[in-house]
Amino acid sequence: MSRPAPRRLLDYGPITFPAAMLLLFFVLPFGIMIAVSFFHRVQGGFYEPAFEFDNYARFMSLFFGNVLGFSLGLSALIAAISVILAFPFTYLLVRQRRRVQVGWLIFLLSVLSLSEVIIGFAWSTLFSKTAGITNLLVAIGLMDESVSLTPSFFAVATGMVYQAFPYTVLVLYPALSRLDPTLVEAARTLGSSPLRSFFNVIVPGLRNTIVATLIMVFVFALGSYLLPQLLGRPQHWTLSVHITDQAIYQSNMPFASAMAVFLVLVTLGLVGLSLLLGRREHAQ
Amino acid sequence: MSRFATRLTFAGFGLFLAAPLAVVAGVAVNEKKSLTFPPEGFSLAWFGEIFTNPEWFNALIASLVVAATASILAVLIALPIAWFLWRWHAPWVRVVQVLGLAPFILPPVITALGFLAFWSELGVYGEPWTVVISHGIFFVTLPLVTLTLGFDAIDPTLVEAASTMGADDRTVLGTIVFPLIRPYIISGLAFAFVLSLNEYIVAYMVVGFTVETLPIKIFNALRYGYTPTMAAVTVLFVAIAAVVFGLIARFGDLPKLLGAWSPKDE
Repeated sequence: MSRPAPRRLLDYGPITFPAAMLLLFFVLPFGIMIAVSFFHRVQGGFYEPAFEFDNYARFMSLFFGNVLGFSLGLSALIAAISVILAFPFTYLLVRQRRRVQVGWLIFLLSVLSLSEVIIGFAWSTLFSKTAGITNLLVAIGLMDESVSLTPSFFAVATGMVYQAFPYTVLVLYPALSRLDPTLVEAARTLGSSPLRSFFNVIVPGLRNTIVATLIMVFVFALGSYLLPQLLGRPQHWTLSVHITDQAIYQSNMPFASAMAVFLVLVTLGLVGLSLLLGRREHAQ
Repeated sequence: MSRFATRLTFAGFGLFLAAPLAVVAGVAVNEKKSLTFPPEGFSLAWFGEIFTNPEWFNALIASLVVAATASILAVLIALPIAWFLWRWHAPWVRVVQVLGLAPFILPPVITALGFLAFWSELGVYGEPWTVVISHGIFFVTLPLVTLTLGFDAIDPTLVEAASTMGADDRTVLGTIVFPLIRPYIISGLAFAFVLSLNEYIVAYMVVGFTVETLPIKIFNALRYGYTPTMAAVTVLFVAIAAVVFGLIARFGDLPKLLGAWSPKDE
């Protein structure tokens, strides 16, 4: 259907409500946040209009540099593990009968929609001394005594992979389900083993998709704010946790905003990169 | 890959995804008020607690009201955007679409902080209705995605036929477009509802000290020690999500909504 351009001003009527809502309640809050990041903090939890870079300068300190480094490293690790696990899984999933796929999709969506609070609670229970997985190891005689596995970096990473895995599968799902099955068939006919054809045909063919997914999962993991608090120690706190902490408990909105603005810049840069990669793959 | 190896792989991932939920479900039916697994005895008392203890019940009602109203608001914002881009050729309106997609891509703490600053500046910080608008905007992405798919799926010849027969815009909208996109409206609504029900950081930063939704209630309960009601609520939430997504799959095409080829393409 060829779509005409709107002729009269009245034609624009229907778009005014959503446009107004998004400008007022998304763009404006965003703008205020950016403005606040330059404001001057007054002791006692208030701030006054100003234009200073102190908040950004403070963010560049050694402590927050470490926080940033830890956040980025943790997110990169989670993204790598999630994609390594989810890619073969999704590849197998899209080749299942439709009923099986639907069942798994419902399950994955249910896990994905779970609150971080619930995921954190569930894993802290599973890692606890009294109700945890180590009880199972004691029962089968592999361990002498049950132990608590949390708080630890391992617990944080496990919880975050759990949270990111369904997301990763759902990001990969469209690309893999649209994969041309004749590619693998050709490789198989030419004598390649299933595993070899997977690594020699599928993986290189979807290189850009994989990189774009890595970036998307990285951004997703960057947003994790409760799991590091519930499953880790203070040194495992990520940038998202520190932003919440500064905004709510330290009442330092300007500093929280400056960190948030920085996080936005990192995120937008990465999302732009993944879109660029996605586009290049379509062009091929 | 052999059939057996495939099954084993699926079982492994299924176990990983289900294990924490299984432990929580076990804890939820524990007879004693203690964190033990496997459960000692069997009791559904902690599920009853959600409905009889006013604190938990109020949180449940708050969550349901916020999720219901916020998801309706999200659809009301998303529907005109998706319709407009389908009906008219107006490139700059894509900007509005991108704004609608943005909240879901950015780390949630950013949207939450933006709202905190915004509502504080307006002097209405903590008002219960602010969380409805905040969630409505935050989750607009989901109906926007499903509705855009829905409009793309409309067979253009149907609309052309109707126009040729003399139907005006309004008639086309009511008799062809709306019935065809209704399932996408419902699934968009459902996605936004389930995610709003589970959302923590935006709700916490916006109204966390005046309105306690269930995720906030669970987090606060976690800090002051353990109560099996948290486990019961968790089971309830997983069940709600599974039922809602199950219904979408039953009445709509879930793989297609998630971007797979539809069966007729195969």
